[in-house]
Amino acid sequence: METTVEITDLVVERGRREVLHGITAQIPRGLVTGLLGPSGSGKTTLLRTIVGVQVVKSGTVTVLGQPAGSPALRRTIGYYTQAPSIYADLTVRENVRYFASLYGLGADAAEQTIQEVGLADQAGQLVMTLSGGQHSRASLACALVGRPEVLVLDEPTVGQDPLLRDELWHRFRDLARAGTTLLVSSHVMDEANRCDRLLLIRDGSIIADDTPEAIKAAAGTDDLDQAFLRLVRQRVEVA
Amino acid sequence: MAARLLTHTTGRILRQLRHDRRTIALMLVVPILALTLLYFMFEQRPGAFDRIALIMLGIFPFIIMFLVTSIAMLRERTSGTLERLFTTPVGRLDLLFGYGIAFGFAAAVQATVATAVTYWLLGFSVRGSLALVVLIAVANAVLGVALGLLCSAFARTEFQAVQFMPLVSIPQILLCGLFVPRAEMAGWLEGLSYAMPLAYSVEALTEVGRHPEPTALMWRDLAIVAAVVVVALALGAATLRRRTP
Repeated sequence: METTVEITDLVVERGRREVLHGITAQIPRGLVTGLLGPSGSGKTTLLRTIVGVQVVKSGTVTVLGQPAGSPALRRTIGYYTQAPSIYADLTVRENVRYFASLYGLGADAAEQTIQEVGLADQAGQLVMTLSGGQHSRASLACALVGRPEVLVLDEPTVGQDPLLRDELWHRFRDLARAGTTLLVSSHVMDEANRCDRLLLIRDGSIIADDTPEAIKAAAGTDDLDQAFLRLVRQRVEVA
Repeated sequence: MAARLLTHTTGRILRQLRHDRRTIALMLVVPILALTLLYFMFEQRPGAFDRIALIMLGIFPFIIMFLVTSIAMLRERTSGTLERLFTTPVGRLDLLFGYGIAFGFAAAVQATVATAVTYWLLGFSVRGSLALVVLIAVANAVLGVALGLLCSAFARTEFQAVQFMPLVSIPQILLCGLFVPRAEMAGWLEGLSYAMPLAYSVEALTEVGRHPEPTALMWRDLAIVAAVVVVALALGAATLRRRTP
C-alpha cells in the first residue's frame, strides 16, 4: 500500500499547551481515511499540519514524499476548513473561478465543480445570501476545483441534509477510486463506516489506526460508537 | 510572484469592491462633500481654498485607503481565506501587490473624480499640472494601502483595526504642514515631521501648487513616499506567515 502522508513523532503546541503528543501515522494513497474524534481532540490541528499552515514543535510530516507545506505541494493539495473560508462578498461562481485560476484552470472547471456540489442554481448568488449548507458546499467547491491529488477535508458534511451528505460521500468515493487520497475529519460515527481506514484521535493521541471492521472486531462490537468508547476505557485502565 | 496569480488576485479584490456599491459611492462622494464644505468655509479668503484643497486632495486617498485596506486584510485573516490561500500556489507578494494594485486603481479613480470636480465646479487652480496632483494623490493612496496592510497585522478585530486609523493618520495630518508650516514648528516637532511620510507628499503637492513645472524637490518627495511604500509592504509581507501557531 502506497503512503501519501507520513507523520512521525509529531508534537504541536498551541498557545503554550501541547495539543498533539507525538503522533505517528500513515495515510494511504487512493483511499478515504476518516479522522474521528471528539471536539477539541486535535483533529483540526493535525489537518492544519498536513496542509502546512501549522507551526510544528517537533517531528516530521511529509506529503507525497515532500515536507508538508512545500511549494510544490500547493498545486496538489486541496483544503476545506471547518468554518467555510470563501469570500462572502463574491458570488459562488466568482469564488470558485478565483480558486480555479490559482491552479491555472478556467471557467469550465469552475462550472463543472459548482454542478458537482449541487449549487448550479445558486452560481450567480452572493455567498453571504446562501444558507449555511450552501455556504459550506461553495467552500467545498473551492477545495475540489483544482482536482488535487490529496484532499484534506475538515468536517465537510456538517449541516448538510442527509440526501446531500450521501451524494457528497459518493463523490468522495469516486475521487478515491480515481486515485485521490482523502483525509476527512468528522465527529459523526455513522460517517466513519463509509471510510476505508480510520484514525481515532483523543486528547491529541491516536488511539486506533485501522479499517472500521478491524477496529470493531478488536473492540468486540458491531457499533463504532461502542468501539470508540471501549478503546478509550482500555487506555484509561492501562494508564 | 507570478503574473497570472497577481492578475487574478487583483481581479478578485476589485470584484469584491464592485459588489459593494455603497463603499464605492462613499469613496467617491465623501471627498467631494468635504471639499465643497471647505470651498464655502474659505469663500471670503482668496487663495486659502486653493492651498487647503490641494493638500486635502492628497490626504483623503491616504485615509480612505488605509481604512479600506486594513479592514479588507483583517477580514482575509479572520475569515480563514488567508490560511486557505496559503495552501494554494498564491504567494505573499501576489496578495500584497494584488491589494496595492486593486486599491491603487480605486484611488486613481477617486483622485481623478475629486480633482476634476474641484477644478471645474469649485474653481480650484494650481500653477503646476493637475495630472501631477492626481499622481501624488495615488502615491498617497498606495501609502495608505501599504500602512493599512501592515497595521492590520496588529489588530485582531475590526474594532481594533479602526482604532489604528487615527493613530496613524492624526499625527501625520497635524504635522504635515497643513495647520502650521513645518518651518514654524518647535524644533522637535519639525524633526518629528520628517519621520512622517505624509509630510513629504504634502510638500510635493505644495510644490505643484507653486511652480508651473515639476521641481526636483517634488520628485525627491515622491521618491521618499515610494520608498516608504516599499518598506511598509516588505514589513507587511513579513507579518504574513504561512505557518501560524
